[in-house]
Amino acid sequence: MAECGASGSGSSGDSLDKSITLPPDEIFRNLENAKRFAIDIGGSLTKLAYYSTVQHKVAKVRSFDHAGKDTERDHEPPYEISVQEEITARLHFIKFENTYIEACLDFIKDHLVNTETKVIQATGGGAYKFKDLIEEKLQLKVDKEDVMTCLIKGCNFVLKNIPHEAFVYQKDADPEFRFQTNHPHIFPYLLVNIGSGVSIVKVETEDRFEWVGGSSIGGGTFWGLGALLTKTKKFDELLHLASRGQHSNVDMLVRDVYGGAHQTLGLSGNLIASSFGKSATADQEFSKEDMAKSLLHMISNDIGQLACLHARLHSLDRVYFGGFFIRGHPVTMRTITYSINFFSKGEVQALFLRHEGYLGAIGAFLKGAEQDNPNQYSWGENYAGSSGLMSTSPELGPAQRARSGTFDLLEMDRLERPLVNLPLLLDPPSYVPDTVDLTDDALARKYWLTCFEEALDGVVKRAVASQPDSVDAAERAEKFRQKYWNKLQTLRQQPFAYGTLTVRSLLDTREHCLNEFNFPDPYSKVKQRENGVALRCFPGVVRSLDALGWEERQLALVKGLLAGNVFDWGARAVSDVLESDPHFGFEEAKRKLQERPWLVDSYSKWLQRLKGPPHKCALIFADNSGIDIILGVFPFVRELLLRGTEVILACNSGPALNDVTHSESLIVAERIAGMDPVVHSALREERLLLVQTGSSSPCLDLSRLDKGLAALVRERGADLVVIEGMGRAVHTNYHAALRCESLKLAVVKNAWLAERLGGRLFSVIFKYEVPAE
Amino acid sequence: MRRRGPFHPRVHWAAPPSLSFRLHRLLLLHTVNPPRIREPIGREAFGPPPASSDWLPTHWRNGRGGRPRARLCSGWTTVEEARRSPTLGGWLGRQRWLLRMGAGRLGAPMERHGRASATSASSAGEQAAGGPEGRRREPLRRRASSASVPSVGASAESARRDRLGSYSGPTAVTRQRVESLRKKRPLFPWFGLDIGGTLVKLVYFEPKDITAEEEEEEVESLKSIRKYLTSNVAYGSTGIRDVHLELKDLTLCGRKGNLHFIRFPTHDMPAFIQMGRDKNFSSLHTVFCATGGGAYKFEEDFLTIGDLQLCKLDELDCLIKGILYIDSVGFNGRSQCYYFENPADSEKCQKLPFDLKNPYPLLLVNIGSGVSILAVYSKDNYKRVTGTSLGGGTFFGLCCLLTGCTTFEEALEMASRGDSTKVDKLVRDIYGGDYERFGLPGWAVASSFGNMMSKEKREAVSKEDLARATLITITNNIGSIARMCALNENINQVVFVGNFLRINTIAMRLLAYALDYWSKGQLKALFSEHEGYFGAVGALLELLKIP
Repeated sequence: MAECGASGSGSSGDSLDKSITLPPDEIFRNLENAKRFAIDIGGSLTKLAYYSTVQHKVAKVRSFDHAGKDTERDHEPPYEISVQEEITARLHFIKFENTYIEACLDFIKDHLVNTETKVIQATGGGAYKFKDLIEEKLQLKVDKEDVMTCLIKGCNFVLKNIPHEAFVYQKDADPEFRFQTNHPHIFPYLLVNIGSGVSIVKVETEDRFEWVGGSSIGGGTFWGLGALLTKTKKFDELLHLASRGQHSNVDMLVRDVYGGAHQTLGLSGNLIASSFGKSATADQEFSKEDMAKSLLHMISNDIGQLACLHARLHSLDRVYFGGFFIRGHPVTMRTITYSINFFSKGEVQALFLRHEGYLGAIGAFLKGAEQDNPNQYSWGENYAGSSGLMSTSPELGPAQRARSGTFDLLEMDRLERPLVNLPLLLDPPSYVPDTVDLTDDALARKYWLTCFEEALDGVVKRAVASQPDSVDAAERAEKFRQKYWNKLQTLRQQPFAYGTLTVRSLLDTREHCLNEFNFPDPYSKVKQRENGVALRCFPGVVRSLDALGWEERQLALVKGLLAGNVFDWGARAVSDVLESDPHFGFEEAKRKLQERPWLVDSYSKWLQRLKGPPHKCALIFADNSGIDIILGVFPFVRELLLRGTEVILACNSGPALNDVTHSESLIVAERIAGMDPVVHSALREERLLLVQTGSSSPCLDLSRLDKGLAALVRERGADLVVIEGMGRAVHTNYHAALRCESLKLAVVKNAWLAERLGGRLFSVIFKYEVPAE
Repeated sequence: MRRRGPFHPRVHWAAPPSLSFRLHRLLLLHTVNPPRIREPIGREAFGPPPASSDWLPTHWRNGRGGRPRARLCSGWTTVEEARRSPTLGGWLGRQRWLLRMGAGRLGAPMERHGRASATSASSAGEQAAGGPEGRRREPLRRRASSASVPSVGASAESARRDRLGSYSGPTAVTRQRVESLRKKRPLFPWFGLDIGGTLVKLVYFEPKDITAEEEEEEVESLKSIRKYLTSNVAYGSTGIRDVHLELKDLTLCGRKGNLHFIRFPTHDMPAFIQMGRDKNFSSLHTVFCATGGGAYKFEEDFLTIGDLQLCKLDELDCLIKGILYIDSVGFNGRSQCYYFENPADSEKCQKLPFDLKNPYPLLLVNIGSGVSILAVYSKDNYKRVTGTSLGGGTFFGLCCLLTGCTTFEEALEMASRGDSTKVDKLVRDIYGGDYERFGLPGWAVASSFGNMMSKEKREAVSKEDLARATLITITNNIGSIARMCALNENINQVVFVGNFLRINTIAMRLLAYALDYWSKGQLKALFSEHEGYFGAVGALLELLKIP
């Protein structure tokens, strides 16, 4: 990625360009809109944080004024689309080696336009050392912040806002990283920070934490004692030595004390009885590797033991480890994990954080930004702008590792609205949105990565086509292609780079990359056209449904939902058909559907339920625009309304593929209300409510939903959740357990997945579930 | 809670009911190597006494089995041993109990085989003399059967009767033994052995109430052992008797005498065993009660080379028994237990006696090569809480690597002259003073060896500084773990024992101060005069069946 110039860092901005091969504007992005800086200078790495505003193009839909027009005219779009600029907030975090600090400060000085910024928050051991340099270069006053306070603030922030932030590390396991789903209640927890010494902090709330203990045997001991014993000066080199050593040559093991008897005693002879115990009795030379390994074990075991003792004393089972001793080093994560498992007998889990290195900088930034209340918002990791977790394999030489980690980025977007759990989740802590963990399932991973690679051309084409008036669309689309392609290649090598790899994360990453290059809504035109077509068909479809008997109608409604769901531009099997056959319509789709019994078929149970009393309130997560929402979902909604069930229709806040957005759903509903008195009165009487999910993903994470939606669900006492579509009901939430009745339906529009599920292309999933009493 | 074996350990000697005599032989032929095993027994009881009473030095001087010794850390005697690594859990008790059963199974056939092979194997040369072995086996057997073995198989019974049949009647020499048995008292000599990872601790009871008649009848070798052990303070170049610890006028099993405390490095164990063999130790038919990991490690050597069968004992049982016993008898009229007042102040620091009249609950921190921490709730209710591999062995091992020292005494002496603050990074080195946010005093060590990350500082430290820093690091860490255990177990008196503390006032005062400071006066660090010998004492008590 980046190379350290032989001359080191000079004092002019030019030197940065010489020493860093990566274009600096790709590192310090959006600097011209930056305000509010924070810096965390550690022993070897500097972490810079700033806040910027990002201008995005967004596609806005606006209803035409239909007043005075009595007749529907064919071929007229149902609404207009305009591309507007929108400003969103973003947090940038950059991590680089201290050697670059001067060059980086120069670059920032040259590009910083905003003059409001007067202060820079600084933390970390090096803050003092570089104080004058920073003040001189940036002309900003340095405000020093307490290291541990920053660390904990940062830790709380990432635990709350970044899914899959924490992971357990298992050596030799595939994958070696196992990410944790975010616990709705992050407190209390124990943070063990292993810097030169060890600090153990119990964190009880956002602002309340307590230093409960520590140890002087930490990273500094490994480094200092290691340097004395092995004459090796660098921390990374010491770790490298340790990874090749045999500690049993230096340590006195149980088998050395007990002889062969350890086996009959059922003892593990490999347990260490006395660290460095052999170096006391034998008059011999010890290899550097062996001593380094022994030292590593000694320190890791000691820290693990103390952490367990503290965890037990405070009855905590979540212990997060951080500090430069850990910082992504597999060797230390491994020994710490081993030690924790051993001493706690599995009761305590050693957890590590993907963004551990940024905690101090994040915390310092938050301290300085308190007036902006960043904690009021939800933030999301931007996959496009963040470097993933690097695999720092111990087999990799220190030089290689240093290079791969020279510049590391994390970007977080401020989400418009705070996100919370769906109140209807049966057990929020154990809820996992994704059905298949691709980090775990090599076969599925290979398939989906290839699938997304193959679909890339189509996406690029679609993106260019969506902006016919833009001169640079092709160029941007090409950049998008490159970026997403690179992400896919990274994920092939390091599936754990952004947490658990799932179809959802692959889709989300693609959306992030499209946004990055200003393709906010490549399907806006397609959606507009299809919505127009479907709206025209709506009265006919309703008429024919109304002509059916009750029982026939129920089946027809469900079939309509399913047929509508066939219209998914995200599925290649469908997009191919739709592109080649413009007349492919609702009836054709119905014929594509699998005949009953479906692949998963609890329709009879559902029908039985419908014969009973009406539901109080149904929450429906809609999928695609066009036929899906208008001819599938709305007739179904209408039937529910007629039964006396209130309906909350939840659509995405932002665009993703051809999924219907909240703003589109408002227009569609308005148009349908104009044609249908049932929908009309329901809207007026607020028995039909249209809300946004807070998401811009083709999938659905029920633990991160718009706060307003959650409030409404509670207020209306929703007792039925309908989740529609492959992205929301199969890739995610297929196994989601809810406290109320739920209906998950989808048409499997991917042959590979269908086969995996034991069916064929266009197999039907109709999963009606009633929670156990 | 630790599970304590229901059987007296001496059940080792008993024949398991399930194995027939023949099967024993078969087993033995395939598992243990043969002839010499029992032959020497008989001869020695009647044969000439060892030529010289100076038997111990000869062998200890020869070092490891007579080979020239490359380097002996003579005097490296501090660290007790790593009984279990930090990592061993409480389930060990049960495992050990199982082993006892196993040992019994192995033990019995050996005796028989010895007898069976006595006729066929004369390979042991001069030492082979088919004496009336059964007679001397008998006491052991009888004890074994009296130990609560539920039933003894018919074949074992008959085997014993066979032997009784060959019993040739009492002689002058055996009369004493018979009497001893009648009083349910084991034969002299009385030893307790604790074989650690680094040091062997041996306690020896010297009877002082020997009557003239008894003395006359005393087997020569026994006499020579007594004379040799009690008239010397050093044995060979590495064996040392801690004369200052000797307990005088002790009454044990109705006998009055003195208790002697002897230590030597574990790496000299082969020489010790060889000596036992050469001097026909086995002819005394004493039971060697041994504890510590070495009881297992050297069991085979004791048997095949020394013809001695060890009675292996649980080290934690022994440790607790030893401590409670020694504390109860005091230290020649003085208190066994003590503490430090004003430990941080060199001027005012005082070592004061402590009356451990309410010993329970007690946190026992045994610092040998490694460290074991036990919570003791009553005489026989205790559990191993945890342990750490950072113990005396780590201190000495690192000192050897960092300073090139060769003895524990040397390492401590260097440490006493060093300055650890040149090596360690203190809180004030980072924060300029106290770190008030967390209530950390500026003098506290923030990072042990933390200054050694810098090349300049590495070049500026002396070996003494490094030795001191190593000592401070290990000691603080033990104190810290002990404090956490005390908190978790809700115990406020902590007794530190083990040979790491021998002549180690720096460590003791540091432990005393650290415990007091970090617990805000809630915890008290206690120490005991006989630091490292409790395991060996416990083994001796086990021999005497003293509860």
